[in-house]
Amino acid sequence: MDARGTALLEVRNLRVEFPTRRGTLVAVDDVSFDIAPGEVLGVVGESGAGKSLTGMAIIGLLEPPGRIGAGQVLLEGRRIDNLRRESLRQIRGRRIGAIFQDPLTSLDPLYTVGRQITETIQAHLPVSRREARERAIALLSEVGIPAPERRLDHYPHQFSGGMRQRVVIALALCAQPKLIIADEPTTALDVSTQSQIITLLQRLSREHHAAVMLITHDMGVIAETAHRVAVMYAGRIAEIGPVRSIIHSPRHPYTAGLMRSIPRVGATGVRLAQIDGAMPRLDAIPRGCAFHPRCPQRFEPCDRERPPLLETGDQRAACWLHGAPRTA
Amino acid sequence: MSRATLGRAWDSDLFYSFRHSPVAVAAAALVLVCIGGALLAPWIAPHNPFDLASVDLLDALAPPVWASQGKAAYLLGTDNQGRDILSAILYGTRISLRVGVAAVLFSMVLGVTLGLLSGYLGGRVDALLMRIADVQLSFPAILIALLIDGVARVALPREWQAGMAVYVLILAIGLSGWVQFARTVRGSTLVEKNKEYVQAARVIGRHPAAIMLHHLLPNVMGPVLVIATIHLATAIIAEATLSFLGVGMPPTTPSLGTLIRVGNDYLFSGEWWIAVFPGAALVVLVLSVNLLGDWLRDALNPKLR
Amino acid sequence: MAPPGQPDDARPLVALRAVGRDFDVSRPWLNRMLEHAPRQLLRAVDDFSAEVRRSETLALVGESGCGKSTVARLIVGLFPPSRGRIEFDGTPQTAAAEGLWSDAVRRRMQMIFQDPYASLNPRWRVMDIVAEPLRAHGLMTRRADLRARVFELLTQVGLAPADGDKYPHEFSGGQRQRISIARALSSAPEFLVCDEPTSALDVSVQAQILNLMRALQEKLGLTYLFISHNLAVVSQMATRVGVMYLGRLVELADAATLFSRPRHPYTRMLLDAIPDLEMSGRARTPVAGEVANPLDPPPGCAFHPRCPLANQRCRIERPQLKAEPDSTLVACHAAEEGRIPA
Repeated sequence: MDARGTALLEVRNLRVEFPTRRGTLVAVDDVSFDIAPGEVLGVVGESGAGKSLTGMAIIGLLEPPGRIGAGQVLLEGRRIDNLRRESLRQIRGRRIGAIFQDPLTSLDPLYTVGRQITETIQAHLPVSRREARERAIALLSEVGIPAPERRLDHYPHQFSGGMRQRVVIALALCAQPKLIIADEPTTALDVSTQSQIITLLQRLSREHHAAVMLITHDMGVIAETAHRVAVMYAGRIAEIGPVRSIIHSPRHPYTAGLMRSIPRVGATGVRLAQIDGAMPRLDAIPRGCAFHPRCPQRFEPCDRERPPLLETGDQRAACWLHGAPRTA
Repeated sequence: MSRATLGRAWDSDLFYSFRHSPVAVAAAALVLVCIGGALLAPWIAPHNPFDLASVDLLDALAPPVWASQGKAAYLLGTDNQGRDILSAILYGTRISLRVGVAAVLFSMVLGVTLGLLSGYLGGRVDALLMRIADVQLSFPAILIALLIDGVARVALPREWQAGMAVYVLILAIGLSGWVQFARTVRGSTLVEKNKEYVQAARVIGRHPAAIMLHHLLPNVMGPVLVIATIHLATAIIAEATLSFLGVGMPPTTPSLGTLIRVGNDYLFSGEWWIAVFPGAALVVLVLSVNLLGDWLRDALNPKLR
Repeated sequence: MAPPGQPDDARPLVALRAVGRDFDVSRPWLNRMLEHAPRQLLRAVDDFSAEVRRSETLALVGESGCGKSTVARLIVGLFPPSRGRIEFDGTPQTAAAEGLWSDAVRRRMQMIFQDPYASLNPRWRVMDIVAEPLRAHGLMTRRADLRARVFELLTQVGLAPADGDKYPHEFSGGQRQRISIARALSSAPEFLVCDEPTSALDVSVQAQILNLMRALQEKLGLTYLFISHNLAVVSQMATRVGVMYLGRLVELADAATLFSRPRHPYTRMLLDAIPDLEMSGRARTPVAGEVANPLDPPPGCAFHPRCPLANQRCRIERPQLKAEPDSTLVACHAAEEGRIPA
């Protein structure tokens, strides 16, 4: 549980599954975490870990046949996972903003940027068109777009990649949401643009006091932007805690292996540590701890019983190294 | 095919979709019946309507067996020359299928080849071929088939015309149908040729013809199958139309279309069976091929799965 | 033939001299006629000169649009250069009908691509994919020989021989890259061009593939041209590094030197922009602007609008690559004038 005070977003035992004709595949399995206002929680994992699906489930944008099989999602204390479509649509935009990976497809190419922002503002806030336009100009300026009054009337294709992503961020913020879900916001960008966007996200989350769920596979982005981080593996949280602790002293063997396999500048010619094998497919998740077949530190209970998140230091790790299983 | 392959095919998504679609199963069954009847015609047809010696003019215009003047020997009646309608339908379906399948194969080979060349080579070749395709598309297919048929008639000496009718029809319908194959394959080729496995083959140094044949062709054939099935129905109708108009199969070796033409004159004078039964057979054949093609298209569409 | 006085094995394996490549991105002829629009030429690579020495790993880094992938494709002969010359082991490219490189040269160079999902033909079995270079160059014809060689290659890259009978879709991204590597090695080449080979892979899988590539290089004596936008990966793999910006080579140095003492302001900016995993809290120079439009590059030095050290000369005169005392090559007026802070 988060000791910082009232959480804005609470996710409890979330389960996302896909019924197929060969059985039900569980893509997100019993995931729980909180995000406080003004906090950035990084959700990091490799492809197939379920991090994007978690974000989609929270916003209510899961594509069928995917569905929430169990668990609850609470925003400001009220459940949002069981809302009807219309209520969910009103919440999206007003209380939850979303930033996706590809700025090319996140914006409608047929409407000017200004129209898209002012429309969104007017859909959620009781303001006049003129005021919405002024707010849009202020937002564009805030996200670092020069000459915003002029650029308001430009179309998305007239912006470069980095500028487009800034517009997407402005769009996500325009109705003043309390929670922002950013799914790989910097992956499609060049490294120099990426660093600009990271700085922007940091500043905005501070100034708007929004809770941010930052989903990415890039540990470097997490290190610079997040306060806490959750490491996901095969649909489960392997470790969660303050970002400094997780990066400098990981307690879960997967996190440790992951950190050691990240190449660093300046370490010329040294062989990278690697984790053998690959993440299990959804229809072949091992019994007990999902990581145990690849774990250099596995021992007796690991293939029998799935470890819950156990307290160790100021983080929690789902690993029997840090606690005793109930069954001896 | 080994047991394992058959087992995998049975289990595959495609077959699963087939088993669970009553329309597809019914359509497939009907198609099989038509094909079976056509193939086995020489053995199961009560008479041979093409054998002029066995046709008796005195039996002409006999109604179906259940009508008052029906004869047991002619289950569905006879036409104006004494030919048994049931046998004529079986043999006529044979011709319809033969012309239809051959024409589609011709269109397919021509269209796929031109589509691959156009998509891969690009530039002037592409521009030229696509302009020809555009021009051809501005004419109705039947008109093109008529044109080719007319040219053939002028070109061939009279005594060959009856025997060559089948080949002329196949050529005419085949040439009128290549464009859709070419365009689809060209589109797929344009997508595939930028993929890295094609670049890898070029780095290895493979000849463009080898790349088109071994690398691109297997990957662009998918939609071709669906188009071919739907084209089959169109080709059968085209042959029937041409025969109905009198420029297709001659009355001596009638196809379903010719039979309908013959029966057309008698439709309102009371001898309805000469046109109606062949017409019904044509409808059943074309409808079941169409339904099968529809199912195939939906089953192979990854977005609908 | 090596230059006089140089033994044959000191001759570079690949040499590029003032290579340039333009792409015609004009609108279709009819549109241009009606709109009176000019032809538009994209200079993807401009005046690029470098050498790849035997057994080294030369890395080319830069952001999108810098031309590094185009250089890779020019070297393997996917299209000809618009200007300049490319030589492989002393042999220049030809304008022969069979393609830019002869079969004998093509056998000695191979390429690994970025996208593991598009670089293998989905309709071919792995066995045929890996054996394709062998068949194409007529190196082996008997089925038994081919099978044995494919098994050997698959084992070498960490896969099972039985995987030869499977189709690509049955494998993960990392495994597919291994198959690509096996295919590239089948004709026993000396030179491999690797175009972002791990960019599409997860971090833990990337580590496996990079380790594999290094092991193979040592074992088989390979020379690599390694293209990447990820400086940390390059730091891991390269002996020498070339930095490209808008089609031009701006710095070329030994890897250790480049990462410890970068000269060109763009190189410094790139290194600075890498997220800090150590979380040392170091102050960052904010990155200025974005990569300019390659269709309309700035005059003079292409980087000058974003450069903190730009002066009047930078706006007019294009800098040439000049050697520094430690043999680093830099194309920068500030470096030449000694204005780069330590």
